[in-house]
Amino acid sequence: MVPLSYYLVLSGILFACGVTGFLIKRNIITIFMSIELMLNGVNLSFVAFAAQWHALSGQVFVFFVMVVAAAESAVGLAIIIAVYRTRETLDVDRVNLLKL
Amino acid sequence: MLHLIVFSVFGLVCVAGAVNLLVQRHPINSALSLVVVMGSLAVEYLLLGAEFVAAVQVIVYAGAIMVLFVFVIMLLNAGVEDRTKGSGVALLFGIPGMLIGSVLVAWVLLEHSGTESVAVGALPGSPKVIGWLLFHDFLLPFEVTSVLVLIAIMGAVVLASQPGSVQPESAQPDKREV
Repeated sequence: MVPLSYYLVLSGILFACGVTGFLIKRNIITIFMSIELMLNGVNLSFVAFAAQWHALSGQVFVFFVMVVAAAESAVGLAIIIAVYRTRETLDVDRVNLLKL
Repeated sequence: MLHLIVFSVFGLVCVAGAVNLLVQRHPINSALSLVVVMGSLAVEYLLLGAEFVAAVQVIVYAGAIMVLFVFVIMLLNAGVEDRTKGSGVALLFGIPGMLIGSVLVAWVLLEHSGTESVAVGALPGSPKVIGWLLFHDFLLPFEVTSVLVLIAIMGAVVLASQPGSVQPESAQPDKREV
């Protein structure tokens, strides 16, 4: 028996690590991986709450979050490739114009 | 007790992977530690009885999405990133603020949430039950996600294709990539 709050604390730690990576990292791919880390933290709290309240729809929502994450990573990595093709860099400090 | 031990071990692995993702400077090391985080999260889902979510986590997240990441890292030949210089204001206010906030949140969650323990396997998330929910109660959102994935595929193809490759006046029309 593991208390629900332990799962929530773990989820919060993961989300905080994701936010920190999003803020301090300079490589655009690593920033993208930090976003995935945040989504994983949210998924864990979804599943924990689903088990707590006996509502299976929480797990269905995790499924939807995963679908959105997959679509997001496909489009995002394509954008990264397009940015690299025009800028020749992956450093976000040097990608400071929206215009390609 | 055994469940608590398994939870703690894989929770620690999970947090260690997340911290390693922040510390490493090469993106391929960050990607591999993210795989570790996702694998240990799948074990936590199994502890909660969510078998379907655990399987999808391993197959989609640790499999497909991370392969995509590693593929792009190797395709772009990403190197070691530069360290940021950091700002004094962030060090002065950010770290104490983060510590205070996290201790507060953890204290509230652990002491005053009034939540009971989660029994292992109390809510069997077998693929059969999840599939029944997906195709009855959540049929419309499920179909909308298929449209979303279709749009994402088209967007990825358009964005990642070579800019000059779809023009008909290229020199070798037979060998052009689309």
